[in-house]
Amino acid sequence: MFTERLISTKQHCFHCGDDIQSQDYQLADKKFCCLGCQTVYEILTTNNLSNYYAYNDVPGQTQKGPKQNLDYLDVKEIISQLVDYQDESISIITLYVPAIHCSSCIWLLEHLHDLQPAIVKSRIDFIKKQVTITFNTQTTTLKEVVGLLGNIGYDPLISLQDVVKEKQSNTSERNLITKIAVAGFCFGNVMLLSFPDYFGLGSFEREYADFFGWLNLAFSIPVVLYSGTDYFVSAWTNLKAKRLNLDFPLALGIAVMFIRSVYEITLHTGAGFVDTLCGLVFFLLIGKWMQQRTFHHISFERDYRSYFPVAVTTLQKGTEKSVPLAELKIGDRILVRSMEIIPADAILLKGDAEIDFSFVTGEAEPIKKVLGEIVYAGGRQQSGAIEMEVLKPVSQSYLTQLWNNDAFLKPKNNIRTFSDTASKYFSIVLLLVAFGSAGFWSFTDPQRALASFTAVLIIACPCALALSSPFTLAAVISIFDKNGLYLKNNAVVEELARIDTFVFDKTGTITSPDAAALSFTGTISAAQKQLVSDLAVNSGHPLSRELTRHLNLKQKYNADQYTEKIGRGISGKVNGDDVKLGSSAFLGLPLNNSSPYSSIHVMINEVYLGCFNLSQQWRPGFKEVVLNLNNRADLHLLSGDRDHDKPALIPFFASTAKMHFEQSPQDKLDYILNLQNQGKKVLMFGDGLNDSGALKQSDLGIAVTDNINNFTPGCDAVLDGKSFQQIPRFIQQAKDAVRVIHISFGISLTYNVLGLSFAVQGLLSPLIAAILMPLSTITIISFTTLAVRAFARKNKLL
Amino acid sequence: MNMIFFLIGCSILLALVFLGAFFWAMRSGQNDDTYTPSVRMLFDDEVIGTTDKIGDEDHT
Repeated sequence: MFTERLISTKQHCFHCGDDIQSQDYQLADKKFCCLGCQTVYEILTTNNLSNYYAYNDVPGQTQKGPKQNLDYLDVKEIISQLVDYQDESISIITLYVPAIHCSSCIWLLEHLHDLQPAIVKSRIDFIKKQVTITFNTQTTTLKEVVGLLGNIGYDPLISLQDVVKEKQSNTSERNLITKIAVAGFCFGNVMLLSFPDYFGLGSFEREYADFFGWLNLAFSIPVVLYSGTDYFVSAWTNLKAKRLNLDFPLALGIAVMFIRSVYEITLHTGAGFVDTLCGLVFFLLIGKWMQQRTFHHISFERDYRSYFPVAVTTLQKGTEKSVPLAELKIGDRILVRSMEIIPADAILLKGDAEIDFSFVTGEAEPIKKVLGEIVYAGGRQQSGAIEMEVLKPVSQSYLTQLWNNDAFLKPKNNIRTFSDTASKYFSIVLLLVAFGSAGFWSFTDPQRALASFTAVLIIACPCALALSSPFTLAAVISIFDKNGLYLKNNAVVEELARIDTFVFDKTGTITSPDAAALSFTGTISAAQKQLVSDLAVNSGHPLSRELTRHLNLKQKYNADQYTEKIGRGISGKVNGDDVKLGSSAFLGLPLNNSSPYSSIHVMINEVYLGCFNLSQQWRPGFKEVVLNLNNRADLHLLSGDRDHDKPALIPFFASTAKMHFEQSPQDKLDYILNLQNQGKKVLMFGDGLNDSGALKQSDLGIAVTDNINNFTPGCDAVLDGKSFQQIPRFIQQAKDAVRVIHISFGISLTYNVLGLSFAVQGLLSPLIAAILMPLSTITIISFTTLAVRAFARKNKLL
Repeated sequence: MNMIFFLIGCSILLALVFLGAFFWAMRSGQNDDTYTPSVRMLFDDEVIGTTDKIGDEDHT
């Protein structure tokens, strides 16, 4: 998983590989970046689990984040909603652990029983990043098990969504595979029994033909009545809705083949088409499976519920109690700790509220609230614990209302694929040809009329046609997947090829969240920088954290008399000097609003030295991507932030009319809708959180994220931030894929025409059908797969 | 040549047994996760201090 091989234990944490900022954490010859990493190392080595470090370099995850409060895992109702199975002695629970990323993770998590004997068994599903733990409830509790995972650095993500478990996808996939198995089994046996007929039976072997025929018929029954049912159901529902899709000629073909086979075999007039029938269903189902097969790196099923916690801490007569989120009532007093989500609209009663509303509004900087103010749900408390009184239950809060917007309720299955359009015409032409040939023969040779009618429907059964899309798109999706673009389903590829308008969100999408450039206006010495860094280390404010990260100095001194005016500045005595950092107002300087950056002013011993300027850095390759896209499409920018980056962005966008700042989520959604009303096909790049409404509304919403495990609702695809510069290639590849589909449609139509020329004459023999059907299928499968790979190589994606 | 009926019967029966075996494997979830076992089997058996653990399910 780690591509950098330069990591050495000298500058990097032995556990997680992060840069070491302080020399405080050492054990034997190993150095660590923080106490958390060191503790994990200690736990593992004292339990003979140091093999963890043998399989991979720096397998751990950084332990710097705050630990969650797990008290809610003692509440009975919550436990029973979370576990898969429970009796008096054992419980089984499946937890989603985003930190799982390498073989060391698998090894350690499957050896949990060495750390906690009450754990009977733990199993990892690496692709789904899930761990299934069986533990003894007599000797341990769920809270302890989850706590243990947290202690070794594998905090599971338990959200409201886990409470409502949905296991449908799993069973539907199993169902399909069972159908494929039945069809494959029957296909194999039928082929075996049909071969004698292909080579021609001698006169004395005639007695067997009957027996083989009946056996074949028996094998075709489960294929038609079990494996092929989906096609009949789908064709019927589509017909009722007055739509013609590819399932209609398929179902018709299957039905006609079966009826004609029954007719021929019972009346001893021929061998029937059972072999073609079974092969057809088998190949079709494989195509369907290819279409359904998703890559489980990311779950697209997560919705806003996965953003909410399972339980909230309430205060009842002064004592803390965890209650399930759904039971939160108006008037309840809740306690929200640092880094927790405000679960419902509430009034602030106690504490300093500094709330990050980036999820709701897109504004990156935390907002301060004073006592008695209403705080809307969805914000994340940044500093210290606060007490609040609930005003509205969760289901009616501002956030859920935002989510219940029409854009979210409307299912997004309006993507019209090429095969949908083509199949409509195909079905019509097919029926015309079938009736035409029947009509033609009915005048001269009524016997032949029926034969040619059924033969047309059999031979033109669009098996290859039905397979060309799924196989092409599956190949494209797997190539995208390797390059860090994860698509929700197949139809997204075709939609991507049609896009003519790109809309970008700013913060977190075209700017890289970690990489901000730091510069200093004024003069500052190295010793003074040291003082600044040692003071800023104490603050949790994002700007302070950025500052210490950029200065990258080891802590030398401790700050005395440290005070922090939240959102304004910090001050303290470092090594005997008075150091003040913060906004110009905090330092009592004249206001200076012209600066386009976030500034941190520095004052040491009442002498103003200057200010640090932090400016956002574009993602690597942003310039190239935008210039490339500018040539063929219309670019727009929507940002929830203020417009201090506007001058820097003007060269990239055609006109300032296409750049919009201070946009609320609703504004973004309306803007997209407006573009769509002008007939544009809109692709939206967003960070997946505050612009989820716009992502959902756009024809194609792509969430750009640096941590693909993050919650990204409402999008059709997730793009790994590292692959941002590949965007033009992805679009080219999607266009090429559509071309491959068109060509393969051409090829399969050629086969159909070839077969039809036999069929309309009423000359179709089972042997020709049995050769043409698999031949066309195999041509299509190999052509699409090879062509997609060839294009991928051309586009440098492979 | 009546033998052929018997032989075909046998072969179909055998094939049905395999189909049944596949269903059993499906139902018991053996195909649910096809990646993790490929990593799991590469882990060494522990030698130091955990001899009592050898033979447990992780070594399958």
